[in-house]
Amino acid sequence: MLPGILGKKIGMTHIFTDAGKMVPVTVIEAGPVVVTQIKTRDSDGYDAVQVGYEETKAKKLSFPVTGHLKKAGAAPLRYLREFRGATDGVQLGQSFRVDIFDEGEAVRVVGTSKGRGFAGAMKRHGFHGQHDSHGYMTHRRPLSSGATGPQRVFKGKRGPGHMGSERVTQKGLKVVQVDADRNLILVSGSVPGPNGSLVAVLKEGAK
Amino acid sequence: MSKSAILDSVSSVNLRTDLPEIRPGDTVKVHVKVREGGKERLQVFEGTVLAHKHGGAATTITVRKISHGVGVERTFPIHSPMVAKIDVVRRGRVRRAKLYYLRSKVGKAARIKEAK
Repeated sequence: MLPGILGKKIGMTHIFTDAGKMVPVTVIEAGPVVVTQIKTRDSDGYDAVQVGYEETKAKKLSFPVTGHLKKAGAAPLRYLREFRGATDGVQLGQSFRVDIFDEGEAVRVVGTSKGRGFAGAMKRHGFHGQHDSHGYMTHRRPLSSGATGPQRVFKGKRGPGHMGSERVTQKGLKVVQVDADRNLILVSGSVPGPNGSLVAVLKEGAK
Repeated sequence: MSKSAILDSVSSVNLRTDLPEIRPGDTVKVHVKVREGGKERLQVFEGTVLAHKHGGAATTITVRKISHGVGVERTFPIHSPMVAKIDVVRRGRVRRAKLYYLRSKVGKAARIKEAK
C-alpha cells in the first residue's frame, strides 16, 4: 500500500453531513498514480517509492525521463515524486487510485503555497507597522534593524522579501469522502496552493 | 471536466428538489429540525424573506419576523438537511432583490403588497 497519492487541487466547496452539519471541503482530483521506481537502502541508500501522475504527450518529456518511464512500463507521465519509507507489497508499474484512503482517515496535504512576490514586513512577518494617521509619515516600514551596539544587522533579521511559492504541509485534515470512480477525494478544510496546483495527500506518519 | 464543473457536481449532491420557489418579499414558514436532549422536533419560523443569496447548494434565505415587538432575523441554508420543509404562505410584490430597508420600517410602513 502506498503512503500517499498525488493529485490536483480543484477548489473548495462545502457539503452537508447527514447530521445537518456543514463541512468545508477541498476537492482534490487524485491519481491514478503509477509506481515508476522502487528505491532501496542497498541500491540508493534509502527506502522510497517513486510514483508518476497525470498522463501527458510523449513529446513533452525529455529522453532520459522517457527511458526511465519505459523501464516501469508506464505511460508518459508529467509529474514524478517520491514517498519515503519501506515499501512492502508495492510493485514496479503497479497503479494506485484514491481508494487507498478511507473516509474519516487523518491525512496531511503537501503543496506549494501561492506566490506573494516581494512582500513587505507587515504581510510577510506580521509586523504591526505604524499609524495610518496622526501625522505619521511612515506606515508599513520595518523600521529599526537592531541596536547600535553590534554595529551590524544580525543574520536572519526579518524584513521584506520573497514570500510564498514554498512547500507547505497542512496537517490535521480528515478525509470526508472518496469517489474512486471519478478519482476525487474530499478533505476537510483548506490545502496550500492555488486551484489546479499539484498536491500530495499523505497518510498520517508518511513522508 | 473543468474544475468548476467538478466542484458543482460535488456540491450538487446536497441540492434539494422538494423546495418551492422562494423570492424576496414572500412570507414563508420554515420548519427547522431542532435537537433537544436526544429528541428531535420541528420548529416553525414564519416571516418575510428579506434576501435570497449565493446559489447552488450554498443558497441561504434571510427571514424576518416581529416577535413580541422585537424584530428577529434568521438565515437558513435552505438545502441543509436541518430544514424539514418550507411553505410559501403569501407571495409579495417587491421592486428590489434585497429588502433590508424593511428593518427601519415599523407597522403600516413595513407592509408588502401581495403579488397578483
